[in-house]
Amino acid sequence: MNRSRGETLELTADVLVIGGGLAGTWAASAARRSGASVILVDKGYCGTSGVTATAGPGHWWVPPDPPELRETAICNRKKTGAGLNDADWMARILALTWESLPTLEGFYDFSTDESGVKQYRALRGPEYMRALRKLVDSLGVTVLDHSPALELLQRSDRLVAGARGIRRQAGGDWHVNAGAVVLATGGTSFLSRLLGSHTNTGDGYLMAAEAGAELSGMEFTSYYTVAPVRSTMTRSMSYAFATYYDEDGAVIPMPPGPETTRPLARAMLKGRVFCDLARTPEDIRAHVPMISPNFMLPFRRWGIDPYKDRFEVTLHGEGTIRGIGGLRIVTADCRTSVPGLFAAGDVATRELVAGAISGGGNINSAWAVSSGQWAGSGAARHAAKNPAASGAKPIGQAGLRPGGRQRDVDLGATLSAIQGEMLAYDKNIFRSGHPLKRSAETLDATWAEFDAHARGFGTDLLRTRETAAMLATARWCAASALARDESRGMHQRDDRPETEPRFNHRILVGGLDKVRTRLDSVRPLELAS
Amino acid sequence: MIELVIAERCTGCNACVEVCPTNVLDPASAGPPLIARQEDCQTCFMCELYCRGDAIYVAPDCENPTPVDKDAILGSGLLGEFRRNHGWHEWEADPRYTNEHWRMESVFLRARDVAIAEAAQRTGELGGKQRKVHAMPVTSPVA
Repeated sequence: MNRSRGETLELTADVLVIGGGLAGTWAASAARRSGASVILVDKGYCGTSGVTATAGPGHWWVPPDPPELRETAICNRKKTGAGLNDADWMARILALTWESLPTLEGFYDFSTDESGVKQYRALRGPEYMRALRKLVDSLGVTVLDHSPALELLQRSDRLVAGARGIRRQAGGDWHVNAGAVVLATGGTSFLSRLLGSHTNTGDGYLMAAEAGAELSGMEFTSYYTVAPVRSTMTRSMSYAFATYYDEDGAVIPMPPGPETTRPLARAMLKGRVFCDLARTPEDIRAHVPMISPNFMLPFRRWGIDPYKDRFEVTLHGEGTIRGIGGLRIVTADCRTSVPGLFAAGDVATRELVAGAISGGGNINSAWAVSSGQWAGSGAARHAAKNPAASGAKPIGQAGLRPGGRQRDVDLGATLSAIQGEMLAYDKNIFRSGHPLKRSAETLDATWAEFDAHARGFGTDLLRTRETAAMLATARWCAASALARDESRGMHQRDDRPETEPRFNHRILVGGLDKVRTRLDSVRPLELAS
Repeated sequence: MIELVIAERCTGCNACVEVCPTNVLDPASAGPPLIARQEDCQTCFMCELYCRGDAIYVAPDCENPTPVDKDAILGSGLLGEFRRNHGWHEWEADPRYTNEHWRMESVFLRARDVAIAEAAQRTGELGGKQRKVHAMPVTSPVA
């Protein structure tokens, strides 16, 4: 963290990719294969950063033949997507994901099932990200680890033309002039302790909004994942066999299926909730350490037998990670509403493919693989016409260039304020107009203070900027949740229980000083019947 | 959060310094890397996975530091278990630690079948009273 060492590292590339997780590495590989020179910067280490490395994504995986299989999958998903997803985009990610995963042969050691058939669909997180790191290295991508981006560079004609940031291990700063930029900074959990998510603080949303980009679907942030209390272990597979108990030991009734958030949250608002996994079949127990080796770590180290003992659980908010919203996509190659700026993975809205309910691991991973490659090749094409040049201006505001007189702002208190509005079960899961309005007002007031006075220095520079990003994101989420004056998919309003045809549109949001929402009227969407 | 980098086992490779996503460790001029910013640890266990010397212990508590006894941890058999179950490095060819992640989808399907069977049994116990059983969507929250 000694930033006084070293000068500014000045580099030039056709394409700059910000973020080295699942989407960023696929983006970098596609840009490189399109012939572009590529620099990838990661806040942490490309290979362990982000939510893929600690998890194990399946992918949305449907064979091309017979064609009815994909048609049926898309049709079913269109129904659950509540009118906000698009059949063409779904067909595109199914096709590209199917083609892409087998190309990792040689980097990832794919397993075969009992009958000797190679299994491409689900890759274990640490091995997957290790493989993608090897892939980008082998293609000649320049990777800068521990090099968080702080702000974009923008030309007077609005084109985004690079970024700058800090080198937190090497010391000093970096400054990259690029023909195009791909944001792959992930969603944000608002530092909820969701496993692997603490590098994901919404930085890309803020940087893009400062360049004038719009977001979409930010009201869909009420997905939570269960974990043992005081742990990060949000691995959901084994909880498919969970039995939950209240403080008195009475079983909490759960609907069959994966949608356990609302009943669990309701119980947790009343008291502590406990769990055991005793319903897990014996043969599955034996395989769990080889399927998800991290799942058992907390139990083993705490001396708990989860198949026998009851342990207390909590719900960690997923924010926009298994939520849905993100930067608005305006072209088939995943450009944002700002020229020269592309978005891939969770930093982009996944409404196009997921609709109004979470894409879960499957659709989100297929989206990351596909949107990454579209954004990477799109950025390479853009850069071929708009070569990198110096002269673009750094445009970061909140936390970097305060509007008023600089003074100390309590980062911990600001984070608590954000989390109080964005993670609390009573406000974020069981939504209602008046509390949402109060959330928006609280966040606006916090923003006004932060934007006017906060300025990060030294070891607090990154944290200040991350806090600004989460605060800006929270404001867009609250404003969008208010604007969607109905219930749809993940967004359930207790005061507006019905889904209304007049809201058969995506909700766009943007703005920093003043947050503005509007219905996406470009393409009216019909509710799937 | 990370609690120990055990000097006797540390090879000084500094892989943990490099791979830690939240930059918790600093290399030391002599001895093992220093846990310089424990409060930034996101309890992801990645440092343990990349530590060939099995020198690192991450406690499961992500909220507060955990008092740990180094000798007790050394004797616990917990060090290196994660890396071994992942089948990394010297465990790569060991058939006991092959990557079975591909089974995840089938585990979800089994859970769905179990839930449906249990619901049917409850319906039977209720004297045939109709209960709606929702099938799990095709896209389970796998991750």
